[in-house]
Amino acid sequence: MTRPMTRTVDLGMPTATGFLRGEQKFPAAAADRLTDAQLRRNLAHATGTIRTKRLRAVAELDDWEELRLAGSAIKTDAMARLPELLEQLEATVTARGGVVHWARDGVEANRIITDLIRATGADEVVKVKSMATQEIGLNEHLETEGIRAIETDLAELIVQLGNDRPSHILVPAIHRNRTEIRDIFRTAMPGAPADLGDEPRELAMAARSYLRERFLTARVAVSGANFAAADTGTLAVVESEGNGRMCLTLPRTLITVMGIEKVLPSFTDLEVFLQLLPRSSTAERMNPYTSLWTGVTPGDGPQEFHLVLLDNGRTRVLADEVGRAALHCIRCSACLNVCPVYERVGGHAYGSVYPGPIGAILSPQLTGITGPDDPNASLPYASTLCGACFDACPVRIDIPSILVELRADAVEAGHRPLPGGQDVAMAAAAWAMTDGRRWGRLIALGRLLSWRRTGFRRLPWPASIWTRHRDLPPLPARTFRQQWRDRLRRTGSGS
Amino acid sequence: MSSRDRILADVRRAIGGSARSAPGPVERTYHRENLVARADVDRFAEAVAEYRATVHRVDTDADLPALVAGLCAGESVVVPDDLPDSVIGTLDVHRDTAARPLSVTELDGITAVVTFGRLGIAATGTVVLDAGPGQGRRALTLVPDHHVCVLRADQVVDTVPQAIAALDPVRPITLISGPSATSDIELDRVEGVHGPRRLDVVIVG
Amino acid sequence: MRIAVFTTCLADALYPAVARATVTLLERLGHQAVVPADQTCCGQMHLNTGYWARGLPVVRHHVETFEAALDSCDAVVAPSGSCVGSVRHQHAMVAARYDDDALAERATAVAGRTYELSELLVDVLGVTDVGAWFGHPVTYYPTCHSLRMLRVGDKPVRLLRAVQDIDLIELPGADSCCGFGGTFALKNEATSSAMLTDKVAAVTSTGAQVCSAGDSSCLMHIGGGLSRLRTGIGTLHLAQILASTREHPCPVPEPRRPARRRPSLPGAAR
Repeated sequence: MTRPMTRTVDLGMPTATGFLRGEQKFPAAAADRLTDAQLRRNLAHATGTIRTKRLRAVAELDDWEELRLAGSAIKTDAMARLPELLEQLEATVTARGGVVHWARDGVEANRIITDLIRATGADEVVKVKSMATQEIGLNEHLETEGIRAIETDLAELIVQLGNDRPSHILVPAIHRNRTEIRDIFRTAMPGAPADLGDEPRELAMAARSYLRERFLTARVAVSGANFAAADTGTLAVVESEGNGRMCLTLPRTLITVMGIEKVLPSFTDLEVFLQLLPRSSTAERMNPYTSLWTGVTPGDGPQEFHLVLLDNGRTRVLADEVGRAALHCIRCSACLNVCPVYERVGGHAYGSVYPGPIGAILSPQLTGITGPDDPNASLPYASTLCGACFDACPVRIDIPSILVELRADAVEAGHRPLPGGQDVAMAAAAWAMTDGRRWGRLIALGRLLSWRRTGFRRLPWPASIWTRHRDLPPLPARTFRQQWRDRLRRTGSGS
Repeated sequence: MSSRDRILADVRRAIGGSARSAPGPVERTYHRENLVARADVDRFAEAVAEYRATVHRVDTDADLPALVAGLCAGESVVVPDDLPDSVIGTLDVHRDTAARPLSVTELDGITAVVTFGRLGIAATGTVVLDAGPGQGRRALTLVPDHHVCVLRADQVVDTVPQAIAALDPVRPITLISGPSATSDIELDRVEGVHGPRRLDVVIVG
Repeated sequence: MRIAVFTTCLADALYPAVARATVTLLERLGHQAVVPADQTCCGQMHLNTGYWARGLPVVRHHVETFEAALDSCDAVVAPSGSCVGSVRHQHAMVAARYDDDALAERATAVAGRTYELSELLVDVLGVTDVGAWFGHPVTYYPTCHSLRMLRVGDKPVRLLRAVQDIDLIELPGADSCCGFGGTFALKNEATSSAMLTDKVAAVTSTGAQVCSAGDSSCLMHIGGGLSRLRTGIGTLHLAQILASTREHPCPVPEPRRPARRRPSLPGAAR
């Protein structure tokens, strides 16, 4: 279980607070999850299903690559002009009757939101699924303030009722199967029928009746935002169930929390992202519901609208020229679904609300790395660099390259007082590999072990890490360069 | 210094500190025009139907009252105040007026709503509402469990970019693609959660 | 054509037969193979593990070695998608990180003339039928870096299809990673072995006698798993199959002799 971090003091840009760091390093957390047979089955089934569907949804558009390029270019442009776009967004939202708030980190955002809810006199809020509020631990904070936050997205509700943590960006309860969900509902959902079955339809209907009353009586809603258009002040929430529409329409007060990187230069840009997002996330041509609103519309929807703009480590990420592309993420979760590592270990192993490949580059950048024992220091290594994430990313974030850059940053930060075994090995290898003759002599040492024609099943540490799971082939009696030298001698030709 | 000013200063520092060239203008080489010679109403109807919404096509306005009455048979029906009678004929309906808007609880007691739509998008099978004439406020098309949405064939555009270009961002906009759905349980799609569980799209012409 | 062979450190040290096969193939096609004696490694292990400062001299050494070779050669070929991927996508980037623009430029020039084996054969030499013979059932694993870094597409498979008497069997889930990932296999050994288990199961399901790929590193990983589980399936590099002819057939790798000790399953070892 993760706990929200306390605020850390930093001389430069503020680091993030909230659920962005686990307590275990990735290899250990992953090893634990790998033994959970139920989890493995649930994940394999879910990611396998969505992968095939996504490929189909994407193949339907012959301009998919052009859309990806445009999506990437728009985000790059937005990051380069972020200050002016944020100021413009503030002006356009304000002009339409909204109120804009700024929060440097999760602690400040939670305080602002609490005060806004208090001012309405409400002690209960309905929530639309929002990564930003997950990130800052808003629900947990509100609970300590005596305010009840009710998650209305089905998966978020499953997580909330199960006293669990989300493990996927789009489907936070992806690690649960129908039977587990039925049990959670039977135990924790007020009014759930005792004989509730495990058909997904039946479970969804149980959630519908439980939440209906909440929607109809809620006075305050808290949402995230998928996009915000700076030129018009328009906010966008993309969803499927209609819980978003309920929250964005029925309560009198709407509080939207949005990372500062979500701003788009123009309303027109939605034409790109409303094509990229649904096909990448739920593999649909279009998600069932998209709500776009601009400030307050008299007589229609919330009459009080607050927009909380959240930094929480984002300016820190922005300061890294290569790593800042992580901020282009539109939270579609396609990279999670195609990742062979995520598929096997699930989201909890990453410790952060942002799991999978994007989490492996985003979380450590948001929090900063405090040292080699920081669990987030292990995230950039939680990948084979197979590149499936880059291919699936609708905004072309080159996740493998950023992972490698972050590894370089970590090594260069030199978090260790003494060089470790790996440092020594790398130094020795580099020494040998900068001279052909030295290298040749080193690898010729393999001859010493070449008597063993059957290869190796057990070797001493550190090679044992390899031979625990795989055999090692027999070593050749002569390296290729030795064989080549022999041949040149025989034939007398040179090169 | 306010948080606003500090964040903006931090952002300026973050992007200004690097020797980087400003990105060029965004190239929009994706399709922004019609994919077919004329916006394809058939394709729109097919795509809508694939979401398990039901599509009905009539030739003229005169066919509407009978169709709508049939679709709403046995239901309590609400319409926006400005929906013309030519759509509903003599159907007995509740009217949602600006002077006396129905409360959420009242809406919850009504089973069906009949409205116009603003646009249809053929590429995605999407109906767009923008609270314009005959569409009513957002709650109206959300709380009742059955939504009948009437579109003229000439309101169908081909692509998402064409739809976005036609919309006025200042209005509250809802894009609807089929009835509400969830894939949250084992990524298995279940239709009908909180939004209307039944969606009928009527295309005139 | 005079072609410089970048054997790769792994083939040089552990899989000399792969480097030999590469040379044999080029010579059979009428080209002259040159093996620069001073070559070592592309530096990928350093770079992918984050040791860029250590990797920089390795990169420089590679660039200098093959820049010199290219004075008298038309192209560089390596029997590895991963190593060519590093040359093409990482070398200039590393040089740029240390503000060595001159090295970045030279690295880009060398990279521009460096090809993975199937690229060289199909794109540069314009052949898909290399006159090979291999009469055994084979399944081909396309490897991540060949697929997604170099985008070699179906070139290796086109080459294999043209091999006489080969029985090429499609590998299920071919595009998913085998779990090697360089130091990933050590740092995240549990996850790596879980991925390997699935890959081995996929290979076994084909009924092939040989699993082939264009990268010795992935083959070392998959082969290690196949051998540990006594599947009786061997591995051969793409170059070895393409170099095989009726006159000089490449032998199917023998399954390892039965061990005296009880077999240890992955994870069951101490």
